[in-house]
Amino acid sequence: MTDPIRELTTQLASDPQSLVFLELGEALRSRGQPAAAYKVARMGVNRYPELAASHDLLARVLADQGDRHAAAEAWRRVLELSPGHIGANKGLAFLAFRAGDPEGALPFLESALGAAPGDEGLAIAVQRVRTALDSAATRAASAAAAQTAAQAAASGPLRGVEGFEPFEDARGVVLLDAQGLRLAGTLEAPDGSDVSDALAAHLQGVSREASRAARLLDLGAWETVTAESADGHLLVLPPTQSTVLVLLRDARVPVGRLGLIAEQAARAARNWLERLA
Amino acid sequence: MRNLGEALERVTRVAGIRGAMLVAEADGLVVAEALAEGLDGAAVAALAASLTLRLRRTAMSVGLATPQVVQLRAERGTVLSVPAGDDLLLVAVAERDANLGLARLELRRAAAQLGS
Repeated sequence: MTDPIRELTTQLASDPQSLVFLELGEALRSRGQPAAAYKVARMGVNRYPELAASHDLLARVLADQGDRHAAAEAWRRVLELSPGHIGANKGLAFLAFRAGDPEGALPFLESALGAAPGDEGLAIAVQRVRTALDSAATRAASAAAAQTAAQAAASGPLRGVEGFEPFEDARGVVLLDAQGLRLAGTLEAPDGSDVSDALAAHLQGVSREASRAARLLDLGAWETVTAESADGHLLVLPPTQSTVLVLLRDARVPVGRLGLIAEQAARAARNWLERLA
Repeated sequence: MRNLGEALERVTRVAGIRGAMLVAEADGLVVAEALAEGLDGAAVAALAASLTLRLRRTAMSVGLATPQVVQLRAERGTVLSVPAGDDLLLVAVAERDANLGLARLELRRAAAQLGS
């Protein structure tokens, strides 16, 4: 089996001008290799100083490393290059939350929501922060709401979220937002290791791709994408316009049953999102 | 070449299949096709290859073997893709009410025929 990072590294080496560094940087982040991710991101910024995505990658890496000041600077550069950039607004909102400043985060969340009005995660975040700020009398409530909103909006996985159990085994299910960030659930590889974030990084954009494919082929809205391997089935579906649900099932699960599981899981995910609102 | 035509025909004979094609996985270019009128072969090839490649990488990232079937199901139809030998994919576009079980079977048989 090929190591995806090695594959991406080889691609980048054979074509240093390609944008594959973006995918490689994300893959290294997901793999928990911040130093290597930083090196790739920095190289990308040097090579493509006018490309917002290269600064966005660098900002994510810096945020991972806890360098909030440098991360904020990189995301502000993204906004200069690409005003309204959703990832940068989410990132800056996240940094403000981490600094204990939900009020400062709100304008960034609102900008992000303005650019992606269908993003339920963002809508929830904005609503919660507004509510919390309106009832500022209870400072503790504000902090709790802000924390929830920060997680929902930008920071990453909502580990250990209660109530997200689409069916009998929630360990093989993960819900992602449009940016490839985990909202809920956990996904384990056949060897038992947690691969949720690696999967999230790889599937970022799959919804858009499936949507484009279905539209161009005049097939209407996409419903599911499945990849059947000898050791497991990967099932991807969009419970809402701005989320993607991914299920990993054993290869012994009959293919026909995957469709039923998908329907059940999509319903559960929508209910879960509604409960958050 | 005869093998190629036979393999594609084997798939397109299934009721509800609008077309089948052999696609280069790396660049999404059409190697051979048998499509119903109105289907854009180049678009099908490029999109199927791109989606398959992404799913393959994703599967690998979670420790799964290379997918033997990738399927995109949409409101009005389905796209199926199976590996067919060296860096090639056999792709089929099916109508919503096609016999997908049979289509998958024939795709695999055709892919094996091409790979032999």
